[in-house]
Amino acid sequence: MTIDDRIAAEKAKLDEHVREIVRWHFDPETGTPFWLDFASKLDFDPRTDINTFDDLNRFPSFQDEWLRGGPVRRWVPKAFADKPIYVFETGGTTGLPKSRIAIDDFRTDYEMFSETLPDDKFPLGSNWLMLGPSGPRRLRLAVEHMCQHRGGICFCIDLDPRWVIQLMKKGWNEHLEAYKKHVIDQAVKILKGGHEIKAMFATPKLLESLCEALEDQGTSLAECGVLGIFSGGTEFTPQWTRFATEELLEGIYMTPTYGNTLMGLAASRPVTAEEDYKITYYAPQPRAVLQIVDPDEPSQVVGYGETGRVKLTTLTKELFVPGFLERDEGEREEPYEAYPWDGVSGVRPFQKFADSTTVGVY
Amino acid sequence: MINIPALRWGKPYESLDKDEVVHFETGEKLAQVSQANAGIIQRDMRKASRARAALREIPAGELIKMVRTAAELYMTADLPLGDGTQGPDDFVRYQSATTGLPEHMCRANMEKNRFVLDRMDQVLESLTRGLDLDILGRGHGIEERGVPLSFQAQADVLGLVLPSNSPGVHTLWMPVIPLQVGLVFKPGPQEPWTPYRMTEAFYQAGVPREAISIYPGGPDAGAAVLGACERSLIFGGKPTVDQYRADPKVQAHGPGFSKILLGDDVVDNWEKYLDLMVDSVLVNSGRSCISCSGIWASRHTREIATAMAERMAGVAPKPTNDPESALAAFTVPGAAKAISGMIDQQLTASGVEDMTAVRPDGGDRLVEMERCDYLRPTVVHCSSPEPEIANTEYMFPFVSVVECSQDQMLGRIGETLIGSVISGDESLRAAALNATHIDRLNLGAVPTIQLNWLQPHEGNIIDFLYRNRAYQEADL
Repeated sequence: MTIDDRIAAEKAKLDEHVREIVRWHFDPETGTPFWLDFASKLDFDPRTDINTFDDLNRFPSFQDEWLRGGPVRRWVPKAFADKPIYVFETGGTTGLPKSRIAIDDFRTDYEMFSETLPDDKFPLGSNWLMLGPSGPRRLRLAVEHMCQHRGGICFCIDLDPRWVIQLMKKGWNEHLEAYKKHVIDQAVKILKGGHEIKAMFATPKLLESLCEALEDQGTSLAECGVLGIFSGGTEFTPQWTRFATEELLEGIYMTPTYGNTLMGLAASRPVTAEEDYKITYYAPQPRAVLQIVDPDEPSQVVGYGETGRVKLTTLTKELFVPGFLERDEGEREEPYEAYPWDGVSGVRPFQKFADSTTVGVY
Repeated sequence: MINIPALRWGKPYESLDKDEVVHFETGEKLAQVSQANAGIIQRDMRKASRARAALREIPAGELIKMVRTAAELYMTADLPLGDGTQGPDDFVRYQSATTGLPEHMCRANMEKNRFVLDRMDQVLESLTRGLDLDILGRGHGIEERGVPLSFQAQADVLGLVLPSNSPGVHTLWMPVIPLQVGLVFKPGPQEPWTPYRMTEAFYQAGVPREAISIYPGGPDAGAAVLGACERSLIFGGKPTVDQYRADPKVQAHGPGFSKILLGDDVVDNWEKYLDLMVDSVLVNSGRSCISCSGIWASRHTREIATAMAERMAGVAPKPTNDPESALAAFTVPGAAKAISGMIDQQLTASGVEDMTAVRPDGGDRLVEMERCDYLRPTVVHCSSPEPEIANTEYMFPFVSVVECSQDQMLGRIGETLIGSVISGDESLRAAALNATHIDRLNLGAVPTIQLNWLQPHEGNIIDFLYRNRAYQEADL
């Protein structure tokens, strides 16, 4: 099968998936109260009029404000009403946080992502360190689940990013440094505690601090036995990757990811020095779709290689999010063998919002 | 286009992140500057002690000679810049093209830098009150009257988070190399020119390469410099100054709110000081913390404001290479318009009048052009110190002439970097000497923009970098 055939096949698969998910969320028997109410205000019937992915443009852009405040049950599909429900939050330093419900999505998404990890760098059965935000966040549970799925036990730390943002806004630099030290101290104790940790998740900032702290103690991540790291965020730039590879990690394997509470994890093409550490992400289609669109005409994707705003569509039975405009921008990338659909490179805060967005707080 | 790398202890580092520096009028790309990520700075600072160690191997007297040689090179030589070279004329053109400052003002700033470098021995003798500089390097010694003394460096390097729009600030860090302390620059995005040119001049004069690093970058790079260096200077607005006010590691330089105070004994002869007042407001396009933003007097304030407006209201934008050009351009889109809007808002307060509302050519304060904007000189009269605009500073020739009785003046002027108190009244002069909210005090007819380089500026750099401590020796 040629790459063009595979692209066409994936598109057909996506269209079929769209029909299934839209019908599920808008069916009075199985559907989501929010979307059932929403449908009553539309001038079309999603169950009959949405037949392809492109048809989703008939919905107005998804407003993340809809996720603020309750009742949270309006987001639980009727078919799942009796299931145990998680709620994950994002934001919330000031005002109401945005919340999404989850049942098994985070497990499914991270099990899929797990398939992309090389076993020699993230050995099956090895223990992990989760050096990221704790509390009501998807990431903490998801990483722990992935570790368990791979047969390991996951060690976690306490980290409240809302407090970190408060410290930054107040300009309490001394407290900020003390809190960072508190977080890193927890990680160092775990790493040096004889727990045979071989893999970890870390944000770029925390990974830097951890390496520095270990160096201060005359050791390193590699000496502690870590073989593989996965990391993420808009700070995960080619330059940062190069710096980490050349100056921090002593040969430890590291792979970037892009994701958030609303979607699964987008995996990256292999990142190489030969390609100047270029990072290109591909969404886990058909459960989530990333598009690079014209910021002024979000229904129009930009040309390959051109810059646009990241638009996310989530299509699972637990959550339907059509056309959510992310606070990020990037360049549209061609499909390739492993991922025969569009990708995105150069992800960074959307220029219009960049000045008011606090990124990489932990 | 010049490709400029970061400098990591003298070694060029080409980053994958690059920032383009463009000509503010034509949009021409002048340079591509490698951006350092914060992690690089934090890692490099683990080796900061090597910078000081390399400088301590050279006697302070030799370093002073090198600085003097560097002054000449800075003024006259073709010096390496990234993958090219840059002569003094290009330096002026590029600096003007990216900061918006007219070329003759860039030349004046160059001359100011040269002046300080060339007289470094006098500057240091003055700032240290005649201390043998080798005592700083050695850590201890005996002063002339036989008393042992010791100075301890508080940092191996001085971090510098520099501004984009004010090339006049560089004189502050120039004494640092002969003090055997290294330099770590985070240049302003639009003004990489001075740190790179001065660094190359130092290198050519014999200063060890490992004594200096330059890390162009975004806010993260600035924060990393401040976080990783034990002593730093930062330049910014009032929020920046307020943020670092209580941080002993950081000396924050911001708006000066510099003022001229006319005593009751001289105010009836105010015309005698009109040139001095106009120069204090207008020189360097008002773009300096030492530029005068307030003139305070108990009477004749409306006449003073009217006379100043007559002298300055007609000043208009001219090409940057025009030797008569008196105004610097605002190269950040929207900045000038926002400032003008703030002034309009402040002018609605009671007792405030814009004396430059009507200009001889009928023009407005705000001049919007295709790629940059200008703000023309603005003189405001305040019938009391109450309105907010009575104590405001903007980055262009702007001054409030404030009516205030002499007995209340010092109590109402607020924080004042330069206070030129023009009065023979001994009680006023004595009160000014005691006023802790005036940093640099000028008694008599001294323009605020006239600095004596042998005097400390916003704290003595020696006190910031060195601690005088007790020291005793005895036989074993």
